[in-house]
This record gives sequence, C-alpha cells and structure tokens, in this order.
Amino acid sequence: MKEYLYFPGCSLEKIAISYHLSALETTLKLGINLKELEDWNCCGATAYFHVDELLAYTLVARNLAMAEKEGTEIVAPCSACYKNMYFTNVHLKEDPDLAEHINEALSEDNLSYSGKVAVKHLIEVFSNDIGAEELKSKVIHPLSGLKVAAYYGCQILRPKKDHEDVEQPHYFEELMSAIGATPVDFPMKLTCCGGSLLISSRPAAYSMIHNLLYNAQLAQADVIATACPLCQVNLECYQQQVNQEFGTQFSIPVVYFTQLIGLSMGIPPKKLGFGKEFLSPKKAIDAIKNIHSQEELIKQ
Amino acid sequence: MTEKIGVYICHCGSNIAGTVDVEDVSKWAAEELQHQGVVIARDYKFMCSSLGQELIEKDIKEMGLTRVVVASCSPHLHEPTFRNACARAGLNPYLFEMSNIREQDSWVTTDKVEATKKAKALIAAAVGRVIHQQPLNSLFVPIDPNVLVVGGGITGIQAALEIANSGQKVYLVEREPSIGGHMAQFDKTFPTLDCSACILTPKMFDVGNHKNITLLTWSEVEKVEGYIGNFTVTIRKRARFIDQSLCTGCGVCWEKCPKKVVDDVFEAGLGKRKAVYTPFPQAVPKYPVIDHENCTFFLKGTCKACQKFCPTGAINFEQQDEILTIKVGNIILATGFDLFDPRRIPQYGYGRLANVYTSLEFERLSNAAGPTGGKIVLRDGVTVPKSVAIAHCVGSRDQNYNKYCSAICCMQSLKFAHLVHEKTGAEIYNCYIDIRTPAKGYEEFYQRLLAEGTHFIRGKIAEITNAARTPEEEGKLVVQVEDTLIGKQRRVPVDMVILSCGLEPRSDHKELARMFGISCSSDGWLIERHPKLDPVATMTDGVFIAGACQGPKDIPASVAQGAAAAARVLSIIGQGEIEIEAATAIVDEVTCVGCTQCVSSCPYQAIEFNTEKGKAHVIEALCKGCGTCVGTCLPKSISLKHFTDDQIVSEMIGAMQVMKSFQIEEVA
Repeated sequence: MKEYLYFPGCSLEKIAISYHLSALETTLKLGINLKELEDWNCCGATAYFHVDELLAYTLVARNLAMAEKEGTEIVAPCSACYKNMYFTNVHLKEDPDLAEHINEALSEDNLSYSGKVAVKHLIEVFSNDIGAEELKSKVIHPLSGLKVAAYYGCQILRPKKDHEDVEQPHYFEELMSAIGATPVDFPMKLTCCGGSLLISSRPAAYSMIHNLLYNAQLAQADVIATACPLCQVNLECYQQQVNQEFGTQFSIPVVYFTQLIGLSMGIPPKKLGFGKEFLSPKKAIDAIKNIHSQEELIKQ
Repeated sequence: MTEKIGVYICHCGSNIAGTVDVEDVSKWAAEELQHQGVVIARDYKFMCSSLGQELIEKDIKEMGLTRVVVASCSPHLHEPTFRNACARAGLNPYLFEMSNIREQDSWVTTDKVEATKKAKALIAAAVGRVIHQQPLNSLFVPIDPNVLVVGGGITGIQAALEIANSGQKVYLVEREPSIGGHMAQFDKTFPTLDCSACILTPKMFDVGNHKNITLLTWSEVEKVEGYIGNFTVTIRKRARFIDQSLCTGCGVCWEKCPKKVVDDVFEAGLGKRKAVYTPFPQAVPKYPVIDHENCTFFLKGTCKACQKFCPTGAINFEQQDEILTIKVGNIILATGFDLFDPRRIPQYGYGRLANVYTSLEFERLSNAAGPTGGKIVLRDGVTVPKSVAIAHCVGSRDQNYNKYCSAICCMQSLKFAHLVHEKTGAEIYNCYIDIRTPAKGYEEFYQRLLAEGTHFIRGKIAEITNAARTPEEEGKLVVQVEDTLIGKQRRVPVDMVILSCGLEPRSDHKELARMFGISCSSDGWLIERHPKLDPVATMTDGVFIAGACQGPKDIPASVAQGAAAAARVLSIIGQGEIEIEAATAIVDEVTCVGCTQCVSSCPYQAIEFNTEKGKAHVIEALCKGCGTCVGTCLPKSISLKHFTDDQIVSEMIGAMQVMKSFQIEEVA
C-alpha cells in the first residue's frame, strides 16, 4: 500500500469535514494510505505571508521539517495549504540565505529542513499518481448523465510553477469523465472564487461568485466539483446572499471531487460526508441510486 | 628613423573637440612622438571633408610622408575615405592607420583631462603600429553576372524583374508551387484598397514569361559555396510528378482528382484543394503539383484519375527530385515572414473558440476568390456577424512573445475594420495599444476609419472568452479589455474576433542564415550591414537581403527593398570585377607542418590543403581576414597580413608607454 504524508489543514477539521472523509475513503479504496502529519500547524493561509513573510515561511517550514523526518511526499487537499507549502519548499531550495535563517529558527524546536520533501495537491495524486485510467477501472457505479462543472479555482495552478498548462488544463475533466460523469464546458473553471475577499469587500466577492454561478448554470451543470475548501464555501454557502443581491435563483450544489469519485466507487454517501451541505446534491446521489436500483432490478 | 609620419586629429565639429583638447593633442604629438618619426601633426575641424583630405594629400606630396595616422571616428565609417586619400597622393593605402578617438574616447568619456590622455595613448598606439605596416595590394576577382533570388514573394519578384529587365540572368527559387507569396493571399491592400491580386498578378506573369528569368518553384536551396562573384549553389527541384514540357495547365487533373485536402498554406486552413493542385487560379507557373503525402495513388497504389484524364499525358508518377547546380555572382534573399501563431496566447482562445480568426484567415474570408467568395461569415458558413472586435498587437510589443512592433498590424487592422464595415455594416471595435500610421496616406486612412464610426478602444485585450456573465453576453465572444482612456474595465460582447497577428522570422531562419553565411538578430530577423546606410547588404559580400526577412515590413517597403537590392547587385555586376580586402591570411610554407588544423578551423572554407606539397594554402578571395587560423596554428606558420604580431605588439607598446608616462607624472 502506497503511503503519503497528509496535511489536512484547518478547514478539513470542521467546515470541510466532508472533503476530509471522502479523501481518506477514496484513497483507501485505491490502495493509498494518507498518514496524517503529527503535530501539524497552520499553513499561514492567505493572510500571514502579507503580514510577515519570514515568519510565514518559518511556520510552513516547520511542517515540512516534520514531514522530512517521516517521508518524502506530503499531500495537501486544500489549495491554499498546497500553494504555501509548494512555494515555501521551492524558495527554501533556491535561496540558501533564506534556508539558513529558517533553519536557525527551526533549531529552537530541534528541527531542520533540507528540502527533500515533494509537495503535492490531492488532485495531483488522483490525476498523476493514480491516473484516470486506473481510476476508471475501480468505478462500480459510473455517474452517467451527471453534468459536472469541474472547477479548478485559482490556487492549484497559480502562480505558475513549471511548464504546466495554466490556461487550459484538462486533468480535472479527465477525472470526471473517468467516473462516468459528463464534464461541461465551463469557461470560468480557473477564475478566482473571491477567496478571502468576503471579509474585506462583500460586494466584490458576491459579484465574483455570481459570475461563476451564472456561468455554471449557463453550462447546465448539475453540480460544481471543487478541489478546495474555500472555493466550496464561497460558492455554496453564499448562494442565497448572491441570489438576494442579484435577484437570481441559483441552486447549484457544490461538492468535493473526492465525494463524486467515492460515489462512483460504491462508497456509501454518508461515509463521504454527504448530508452536511446547504444545497443538497440530491441529483448526484440519485443518479447513483437510480442506476443502483436498476441494476438490482436486473439482478432480480 | 627613416619613416616620415603625419598625424591628423579631427575635431568632428564638437563631437571630439568638445571633450578632447585637440590642439593640445596635436602639439603633444608633434613634440613627444617626434622620435618615432612624426614630422607633422595637425588638427582640423572635419578631416573627412574634401579640404581635410586635401590637407593629407598635400603633406604626402610636399613633405614626402611615408606613413599617415588619422585620429577621428570609427574605421567602419571613414577608413575607406582616408585610404583613398592616401592612394590618390601615391601612398599605399595600407600604410595608413586610423585611431578611433570618438566612439572609443570622446563619446564615452566625460572627464576632459582623461579623454585627452586617452586620445594621446590611442594616437601613440597607432603611430607605434603604422611604422610596422607593409604596403599591400588588393586582389580583384571577376563577377559572374548571373544572380540568384531566393523567395518569390513580392520582394523577390520585384528584385528579379529589375535585374532581368537590365539584361542580366536571374534564377528565382521559390519553395511553394507558385510565386506570389503572402501578397497573393491578401484581399485589399492598404491604404488605397487596390485589389492585391490585381496589382500582383501582372508582375507574376512578367516573371513567368521573362527570357532572363529561370523560375524554379517547388524548389529549395540546399547548399551555397564560394564568394562574391563566384557562388556555386545547389538547388533541389522537388518532383511535381508533372512533365512540364507536356502540361498545358488545362486543369482537367485537379477537376478529376477525387481527393480533397484542407489547404493550410494558401487558404490558411479555411478552404480545401485537391491532391493535385495549383494554389490559386493565377498561379505562376501554371503547372500543378501532386501532393504525394495526400495523393490516393501514393497512399494506396490505386486511383491515377489525373493520369487517365490528362489530355497530354503529362502526369508522371515516376518523377524524381532533381538536383541542380548553378553558378551566380550575387544572391538576394527575400524569404519573407511567418505569421505569429496565436495558439501561443491561450487566453485569446484561437483554435478553441470557433469565431476567433487570424489575420490571414480573415484575408481569405474577405477575398472574393476565397472559400466564401468574399462573404464575411462566421465559421458556420452562413451567419453574418453583427459585431466584430479586432485585436491589435497579437504577439507583438509583448514581453512574453515578441518585443518588437510588427509594423503592419495597425494598418492591417484598420483595413479589416473598413472591409467589415463595408461588407456587413457590423459594429466594429478596434482594441489597440497605440495607433501607428507613419507612412504616406496612412494617417488619412485612419481618419477615414474614425469617420466611418469604428469604435477605438485603447487597451490591450486581456481575454477573449465564451464565459457569459449576463444574458446579453450569452452565445457571444466576450472581449475583456481595459479602456485606458476612460480608466475602466470593459466587457464587449461580439460575434467575431480578428487577431491581427504579428510577423515572425521564418521558422527555419537559423538554417537559412547558416547556409548563406549571414547572421540573425536575437529576434531572428536577418541582419543588414548598416541599419540606416546599408539596409539591404549583409556582412557577407555578394549576399543581400530584402523585404520582410530583414524585419517586419509592408508591401511598399518590401518592393522598395527588392528594387534596392537589385540596384546594389547591378552596380557590382557593372564593375565587372571586385576588389577583395588585402588583409588576408598567408601560410609560411617553410614552417607549415601540414597538420590541417587551420583548414578545419576556417569559418569561410578559405583554406585548402595542397596534397602535393603537404602544405596549407589560403584562397585569398575567400579569406575574410578574421584570424581564427592564426590562433590555431601551432608552429605559427600562418600570419594575417596587416595584423602581424609585430604590428599588434608595437601598437600595444605605443599605448602603454604613454600611459606609463602619465602615471609617472601623477606620482610626481
């Protein structure tokens, strides 16, 4: 069984518990053990790097240093955690001066970091390490007929890391196709969800969320699939406010990609954290139920 | 001391005299360099003027000067001027030395005292050197009057016609099946809006029928050897699978051919052609080619419909590529440009969003002979757009792609706006960074477009998307652009977007430059000898460049360069023979061990190995005097005339002695 170190981050403890549950369930089913990093701390989120960069790097480096003792690959399901860990890792490797400063701070905690850990986003584990083909072979209940807007959000891709396609990536859609769903043409798949703008400027954030929902509806998506807790919260929890603000009637469920993958692999919805959402992804679950019951009928 | 040296210091107006105390330098040279043989030192306002030159000539004649040093600008500029002055007074021009106290001193030094000291050191160096210079005689080689023109676009056509009309023979080589180039694809030409084909095809016809032009289409140059006046060029004439002596160009073959192929070249992917084809009806030559990559016979071994129906039996599936070797004296490169591929800017959606077009696609769309018969319609083939956005500077003036301005896009975009307006009455939005209309009649054309009601938005398009945010945007292409004149972000929903793509060097520009022994700039454009004063010559004698291969250019500028290159070539042919620089390498056969290191090191293939003698031999006409061989020769058997060791060492000693004396003065 392949093992990755797992950095859940704060969201997955509470607000994104369904992401946490579905991540663990689905990976387990695919022969992967996500081993939670012990004594992990905050990733610095979106704010800390703007307040004090050096301290923010130190904060992240502590997690990396602890990870280095345990393994070689660390997986973050949250895009913000991933981005912070990824770039801290890169900067520490490229800037010996910074690494020296950070290691001096880490030594207070009897830690040091030499840069040997690879940082991955959970969706990368699915798309690169497992692969759409392998995933397809594990699908029991293809989500046939379910139209999914595969929503990347911004922080998985930006800032640009290497030579990856940051303008028109396709791996999310490929995963959705692999589980039998139909990825719709969703041109705003990379556009920001508003992030933490909800704290500083609600009207601006509502406008951004509105644009995304409008576009998803236009694409006739039954459900929006995300790979980031913040995207999920912004798009789902604020639909009512957006509707009030813009006089719209959006009611589009927003789920984690791992939840959909779990459904297709026959994991019971409860184990995937379904039932905790504001907007019921009933249609998605029904799709499975229908097929399930049809299969049962055929068997009978 | 037997030499009598004259030293002349130029003021260059205030260019030198403003920083260097020229009178002091002149006095100093007369006194301090007297022991070296300096008998006269003068300073003068402009040494390059006829009066300045006469001054030198007079001194040579009256004072019997045996060496001359002029301290002025770069030898690039006036070395020939002063060499000629010396020659006129009977002094071998290689007994003259030029000292550069402008580019290497007054222009780059602000401190007047330091600049004056440096001028003295540079003059002392030149005096030290000139004593050791030897009289040399130039070599003259005859010029082969035949000319090779590479590229059959409007530039190459113009150059070929100019030369052929003067009575000289021209070989015109073109890669495609027909000459005509990009201009043959265009609809109208700015700013006068004449039909492109109407003004081009008469010239193409003239080329095809000219008794002095050998037209080699569907052909490419494979190898170039030799030097100015005497090039040997190897050309691959690809098999057309058509016997040109029998073909009448009647067109039965392409009528009967069952295989349709998307025409990515001439129709920019918008239209189809047959597997046997001429790119367009007015093609020159009229003979078609069989595209063997798509021909059913070549793929499956059956069909031969063209052969069955050809009334003259001109189809020959057995035809092979022909290799021709020709001799020419001069070469003109007119290889043109490639269009920037807008797929490289994914946020503009080209290739993903159907109704985003390249400029070349729009030319074909608007062209009456094009796939839609000149109807401007969307990709569905029927819908006439009600609103069109035109993006300027696509791939140009952009740090991510090409930094340069492509020069033609503003006028091209204005032309598109006019054509769309005229043919569809659509609302038109031109999104530009700056409008650049610097040539004759161009600004007037811009004013005309303003009056026609085209919307001009000053701002570079950030994104072209189908992501609607409002019902009005649904089903449209939305152009997201910052209107920098009103300071607002705008979203403009349109039916069609035309990307005014920039021009890029040909994808194989590096191989081309290597083959012809010339260089490219960092952008990839071929480099001219001088950007202002010698725009069509290159650093390789006998090789000229014209048109868009030298940099982005519109049709008038390309035609002018084609004619200019022809004039330069004709002036060389008129001389009958050409003088070759005398500063060439020479082998001392006594000490040469025949190791052939120099033969392989020579970048100009100017050294041959004489197997009989077992010694290396320099072909003077090919030698550029670069000195690479001198550096590689272990027994020091090769030396470079005019750059001998003792000349260079004396030059250094001259400078260093003066600098040392300045240091002693400072310490004292």
